[in-house]
Amino acid sequence: MGWALRAGVVLVALAIGLGWVLTRPASLPDNFAADHIPDPENGALVFHAGGCASCHTAPEAETDGAAPPVLAGGLPFVTEFGTFYAPNISPHPDHGIGAWSAQGFARAVTLGVSPQGQHYYPAFPYAAYQHATPGDVADLFAYIQTLPPSDAVNRPHDVGFPFNIRRGLGLWKRLFVAKDFVVATDDPILQRGRYLAEGLSHCTECHTSRNALGGLDRARWMAGAPNPSGKGTIPNITPAVLDWSENDLIAYFTSGFTPDYDSAGGKMAEVVENLSQLPEADRAAIAAYIKALPAIP
Amino acid sequence: MRLSSLALATFGITAMTVAAFAASHANPALEGPVKARNAQMGMISYHTGLLGSMAKGETPYDTATATAAAENLAAAAEMNRAVLWVEGTEQGAVAGSRAKAEIWSDAAGFEEKAVGLETAAAAMVTAAGTDLEALRGAMKGVGDACGACHKPYRGPKN
Repeated sequence: MGWALRAGVVLVALAIGLGWVLTRPASLPDNFAADHIPDPENGALVFHAGGCASCHTAPEAETDGAAPPVLAGGLPFVTEFGTFYAPNISPHPDHGIGAWSAQGFARAVTLGVSPQGQHYYPAFPYAAYQHATPGDVADLFAYIQTLPPSDAVNRPHDVGFPFNIRRGLGLWKRLFVAKDFVVATDDPILQRGRYLAEGLSHCTECHTSRNALGGLDRARWMAGAPNPSGKGTIPNITPAVLDWSENDLIAYFTSGFTPDYDSAGGKMAEVVENLSQLPEADRAAIAAYIKALPAIP
Repeated sequence: MRLSSLALATFGITAMTVAAFAASHANPALEGPVKARNAQMGMISYHTGLLGSMAKGETPYDTATATAAAENLAAAAEMNRAVLWVEGTEQGAVAGSRAKAEIWSDAAGFEEKAVGLETAAAAMVTAAGTDLEALRGAMKGVGDACGACHKPYRGPKN
């Protein structure tokens, strides 16, 4: 073997090895939420703040009733990378997440890695959920265990090459899942609003535009984006464009009424359904955060 | 083959012409209900706005004004739907309409949501005559009723 060929083989092996390391699914420390006693009541609030039911209930399910949501999955997400189907996350032991450990659940939610060690597609907003506190994640898991099980079978995603290679998502995460918050603040109310808006309630997943690979443009934070469901646009909610008062925002999150007394439409109507179940202080915190966003025309 | 594609093209052009004609030369029998519905929505929005600005603390609460607004809201919600929600007036068929075809294909579901607004508006009449706290509490019911119907039965803004 010539030296060039040998060097080539070594280089290729190095590249594969480096790729393997760079795309490796991350794990959580063993003591994640270890000392926390799970509180399903707070978990219900985390569940509403996170909007879990909006994506994980079956598409034909009624969500505005008082009955507890059945997290059977099945809702399709049509994207330029393929069509994703929300999975069953009801506590069914075989078809849902009933047999999962709290640790496995936390890894899924905050790192986007399945109990089998596979990357999830970012249709699941773990880039936002990564900010969730260990206690909130543990409480959420405890709450989901109290919901009715569903035996609905998960529908496989319909994703073509190269996006069907899940390992590649490790690289995507390295490039686009930034660990830090976008808005810097020391104010406790704004920090709470930021925790909800950038974290649990994942406002930014729709209100911020993305690059060609689906990474969020942090320089145009909450400045609007094309509608992921295809029709129209998601509005810019920075103060450069949105002139609603804090009171207007709180009323909108509570009743769905805009300052013109039109009602929230599309996916935002579901967001309002979720936010209206939070304590008023949380809606006020999100409103304060939105008013404090850097103005981006 | 050639004949059938020609026939198809002719049919297509005819259909498009008819559609364009329908859009530009509105049919008064179908345009009327749409205008009336939009006016009804305007009535609902105006009176909800009076109540909402009290709920937000932008205007002071006063029983008489709140009751008047709530009663008109309830009256608007109770308008007989038979002559307003006329079939064939969906979005795309009549200018200014955002009504989805599901209003007619799922008439029972639509009726349920419409009755939901009647119920919420009736509760608002009681609440508005009680005090500001009650009014604030009833706003969510009215908002939920609006959203519960708009979500499945209202089409997107253009």
